[in-house]
Amino acid sequence: MNDKLKILFNGIIAENPTFVLMLGMCPTLGTTGSAINGMSMGLATMAVLICSNVVISLIKNFVPSKVRIPAYIVVIAAFVSVLQLVMEAYVPSLYATLGIFIPLIVVNCIVLGRAEAFASRHGVLDSCLDGIGIGLGFTVALTILGAVRELLGTGKVFDLTVYPEQFGSLVFVLAPGAFIALGLLIALFTKFRSAKC
Amino acid sequence: MKSTLVNMVLSLGIITIVAAGALAGVYTATKQPIEEAKAAKQKAAIGQVLPEISFNNNPADEAAEVTVDGETVTVFPARQDGELVGLAVESHDTNGFSGLITVMYGFNPSGDITGYAVMQHAETPGLGSKMGEWFCNPAHSIIGLNAATSNLTVSKDGGDVDAITAATISSRAFLRALTLADKASKQFADRQ
Repeated sequence: MNDKLKILFNGIIAENPTFVLMLGMCPTLGTTGSAINGMSMGLATMAVLICSNVVISLIKNFVPSKVRIPAYIVVIAAFVSVLQLVMEAYVPSLYATLGIFIPLIVVNCIVLGRAEAFASRHGVLDSCLDGIGIGLGFTVALTILGAVRELLGTGKVFDLTVYPEQFGSLVFVLAPGAFIALGLLIALFTKFRSAKC
Repeated sequence: MKSTLVNMVLSLGIITIVAAGALAGVYTATKQPIEEAKAAKQKAAIGQVLPEISFNNNPADEAAEVTVDGETVTVFPARQDGELVGLAVESHDTNGFSGLITVMYGFNPSGDITGYAVMQHAETPGLGSKMGEWFCNPAHSIIGLNAATSNLTVSKDGGDVDAITAATISSRAFLRALTLADKASKQFADRQ
């Protein structure tokens, strides 16, 4: 039981995809203009990650090693397209905000990275837990980054006003602010992590 | 697992076929909800841009395409007992700060702007994305303006409309789409 929990929490702190592994930086920087966008992107990626991890762990024994990468990409791309269609059908407003980033989940290194590094070597349950853990870590990281940028840029968090908008610094909503905020957050995260061990 | 030509072709083939089958299934299952969601959004937008006008037809059923200056826009006529009482025009401009913006504008028969609804955009959050609220805020509203009496360009270009702070490019795109919609509505009304 203990090692199952360890797999689950591994992705949130020790191997947090954004703050430690530093994978999937493109969607991280692109979608975190607001906390809600960051969170939605994180959840969408988590859904794909769990499904692809489970399926890849199921088929790992049938896929010859030379064609494993194309096979995994097909699995991941299929799940992303399914997710895109389902979102467009049932949550059109979310789809309108995240639309252009959803296809990018296919090329998100986290998903293929976990497929190659974890799911192709572990059982179904462990791979599912790893998907949940890494997905949660990604979601938490994106939500924090989105909240920080939204707060500094517009004075709001999740659309709740914290301080008047005119005191915000617009650069944090734009691309340069994403790099600045992400860099500072990684530094903070690393400091707390090393203090703990 | 050892790779041979046969098992590589077979395994990839099977995986792609299964994936294609799953996708086809989901596509069929979601086709109708997607269309319904789009139609509902369009209907809500038409109601929103023609707020104080009562009409008893379904404008979406009478949608007509009008071409102005080489651009094609869709006009939704609102009628009360067959008489034209308002027009909702879905217009667009490709030169927003991040490309395409699509906006629905409403006009009454004398050409006054009755409302607008931003349908699609990718403008910068916190700047250009404010167009949804900015142009109906009483301080710099475009509602009630008429292209015949007002110059619908930003004040920086000598017009009568205040641009969104720090988002002049988005504002220009918004107003170009508005001008296009206005011309289309006039052309459509002339045809009646």
